[in-house]
Amino acid sequence: MAWVLTLMSLVIMAWAGALSIRNRPVNDALFYAAAALEIAVVAVVIGGFIALGATDRSVDGITFVGYLITIVLILPIGVAWGASDKSRWGTGVVVIAAFLIIVLSWRLVQIWQGTHV
Amino acid sequence: MSERSTSTGPGRVLVAVYAIFALSATARSVVQIATDFDAAPLAYTLSAFAAAVYIAATVGLARGIRPLAWTACAVEAVGVFTVGTISVVASEDFPDATVWSVYGQGYGYVPAVLPFLGLVWLWRTRESRE
Repeated sequence: MAWVLTLMSLVIMAWAGALSIRNRPVNDALFYAAAALEIAVVAVVIGGFIALGATDRSVDGITFVGYLITIVLILPIGVAWGASDKSRWGTGVVVIAAFLIIVLSWRLVQIWQGTHV
Repeated sequence: MSERSTSTGPGRVLVAVYAIFALSATARSVVQIATDFDAAPLAYTLSAFAAAVYIAATVGLARGIRPLAWTACAVEAVGVFTVGTISVVASEDFPDATVWSVYGQGYGYVPAVLPFLGLVWLWRTRESRE
């Protein structure tokens, strides 16, 4: 699942990055793409909560839930913050938000496997 | 007033990055202090302090409260290099990491660069006499 989020995030990063280089603000198509990624994120988060409830292994539950809540909030806040600036920097914010989705999804995998520091 | 807003243009991205660090530093220090404060009181207190500085910088930049943003970025610049150096020289005092340990190594060294971007941005958007 982390791979799906990573691939989708990379597409959005490249897309928003290209718009940023061409000094374009967030457009409708990028918004819908980000919405699609958010739907995937929500699906992963629901799966994460179900998995956490079902497992017998000891997982760092507080940290795991914290990351699950955070990853859901990143795109709505990031896209809203980015879309309200009509310059290249608005799409720049979306690049960072998508990058953060990648980081957080792999941190979730680490926490789930208990390999985080 | 010919001051430029600190939250538009490049400031958008800067505020976004500061908000991320405010969030992650706060979350990290809350977990550290709530679960195992006695393990490394100094490191965990510094974690909480770093979190407060990031929150102040985020609010200062986002709302255009310049004195707050200036102070926070300056404290952050001093903090990341002081804590970074201490964590390298006296690593036994830092059994657990803070955001600023080893100059922000755990965060791609972004914490070492961020305060200077903040200070440059505040300088560039200051009131001009042109």
